[in-house]
Amino acid sequence: MNIRHTFKTSFTGLTTNRSRSALTILGIVIGITAIMLVISLGGGAQALILGQVQGLGTNTIAIIPGREPTGPSDVSALYSDSLKQKDIIALQNKANVPGLKSIMPTVFSGGTSAYDVNAYQVSIFGATEHLADIFDLHPDRGEFFTMDDVLSRNDVTVIGSKVVEHLFGNDNPIGQKIKIKGRNFKVVGTLPSTGGGSLFNFDNMTLMPYTTAQDYLLGIKYFSRIIIQTQTDEQVPSASADIAQTLRDSHNITDPAKDDFTVQTQQDLANRLGTITSALTWFLVAVASIALFVGGVGIMNIMLVSVTERTREIGLRKALGATDRDILSQFLLEAVLLTAIGGLVGIILGASLAFIIAIGLSKGLGVNWQFIFPWSGAILGLGVSALIGLVFGGYPAKQAAKKSPIEALRYE
Amino acid sequence: MNIIEVKNLKKAYHDGVTETVALSGVSFSVRKGEFVAIMGPSGSGKSTLLHLLGLLDIPTSGHYSFNGKTVTSYSSDDLARLRNKEIGFVFQSFNLLARTTVLENVKLPLVYSEVPEHEWNERATKAIEAVGLGHRIGHYQAELSGGERQRVAIARALVTDPEVIFADEPTGNLDSKSGKNVMSIIQKLNQIDGKTVVLITHETSTAEHAERIIRLMDGEIESDTKVKNRLSVDDEYVK
Repeated sequence: MNIRHTFKTSFTGLTTNRSRSALTILGIVIGITAIMLVISLGGGAQALILGQVQGLGTNTIAIIPGREPTGPSDVSALYSDSLKQKDIIALQNKANVPGLKSIMPTVFSGGTSAYDVNAYQVSIFGATEHLADIFDLHPDRGEFFTMDDVLSRNDVTVIGSKVVEHLFGNDNPIGQKIKIKGRNFKVVGTLPSTGGGSLFNFDNMTLMPYTTAQDYLLGIKYFSRIIIQTQTDEQVPSASADIAQTLRDSHNITDPAKDDFTVQTQQDLANRLGTITSALTWFLVAVASIALFVGGVGIMNIMLVSVTERTREIGLRKALGATDRDILSQFLLEAVLLTAIGGLVGIILGASLAFIIAIGLSKGLGVNWQFIFPWSGAILGLGVSALIGLVFGGYPAKQAAKKSPIEALRYE
Repeated sequence: MNIIEVKNLKKAYHDGVTETVALSGVSFSVRKGEFVAIMGPSGSGKSTLLHLLGLLDIPTSGHYSFNGKTVTSYSSDDLARLRNKEIGFVFQSFNLLARTTVLENVKLPLVYSEVPEHEWNERATKAIEAVGLGHRIGHYQAELSGGERQRVAIARALVTDPEVIFADEPTGNLDSKSGKNVMSIIQKLNQIDGKTVVLITHETSTAEHAERIIRLMDGEIESDTKVKNRLSVDDEYVK
């Protein structure tokens, strides 16, 4: 029998029992749908996180005080005050870090802000005028603070949308004075809402010159972070090495294992987050695969029933000249066709669900959630479901091929 | 020329403990173009004999030569090919595929044959017309009467143009009128087309369409006689 007719015979076998065929593949459909959904949503989440991380610019390098602890007892890793003004001066030296384009020391803290009778808990973010560039911030009212403000330690602030809402309601805050940690600051600009799904949420922040924050608000001499941008993306690796060397010189460290700072590039961060999300995705895929396996067992069950039920048909075919191989391929192909159709339906269903969820997340959370069609999941799903057909259809098909024509014809 | 030659053919079934002998050494031969009826009460071994002759089963011992080939040593796939090419079966319970048209049913043996695909429809149509069912070609099994179903089965047996037709109680499930009709078609196949026919029946009236009757009893041949007053083709039933 040629392949075309094996196909035709198998297909006829499936279509004569349409509703049972549909129920049989349900397990495969659910399994593949789950896998498609997980991979697509995982990809979407990864894209969202990476998009936000890379939104800072891939030429951005962050210097964090302290090193990554090597173990729970590695207390000395937490040097929260290790980054000082002399480091900024050393890093700004073109001989030390040739690729440097801009450098921005930052300080973070929490505190209460107040205007009139209204008070609101805010995050205080001290930085330089580069902050607007690096985070792509555009005040919807007023202006960002300037280099002059930073140098003169002016009491000026740019406030986020939530701060505006809680302190001013519908009034215009520009030019007004608010109290932050008891000190008066003049509001020079306000920021539009950045949305709840963002990695960096400026909505409840007050931004101000780091100099003002250090000297007048916090009374500290160190920085929470130093953000550096290089001229080009290609300079990032050499610049991070230069930065590390400069800081070691500045801190009199000879052994890199004793570093009291961590240099983190956006690429490092993206890679690390990417690893976490894909590990999570594949874990969920593994869970969904259990559904697939159960679906495969279901296929085997139904195929065995089908083989018994069609014993007479098998006997007849053999009497009329079908070889064992013909019967084997007919039933094997039926199983593979069933699971492949199940896989296809699952792929379409999973992708559609992921698409709907993507729209729901974009609209509902106001985040830029992208729908990703998981090609790897689709190919994997189709391959796995066909493989399930082969594996779980193999035993019933073998049983069918083994039947003797007279036993089969006698069967009532 | 003998198309079937069996010598001391034996078939026994084992169920692990006891051995049941279904055929205890039968020997006879059938000429090419002959019409032989095998008769006997149930349990006499006539079905077992037909299965062995039709290459559906393998004898426990003995010699069987079919159309000049010693088939006792053939593999199951070789037997399948030989069945497809040189044997046509007609069963008591028709054994048509459900939810399948007359044409598709008759084409079924061709699917497993070496006949090129472009000849299938033509051959099947010819076979269907030969049994007088040209007007039913696109109908489904469920829409046919018992007699018509058996005629479809005969068309299916003919479609590969085999040497021998084996018929196992072909009229067993039919009323007498359809039964006569089916028998006249089978007799015509033998007399006009020269097919060798081996027929199993327990009805003397059916057996008397044959030239010769072999009677079995307890797995042995009891008698092997020529039919004297042979029933002839009754043309009024063949449309």
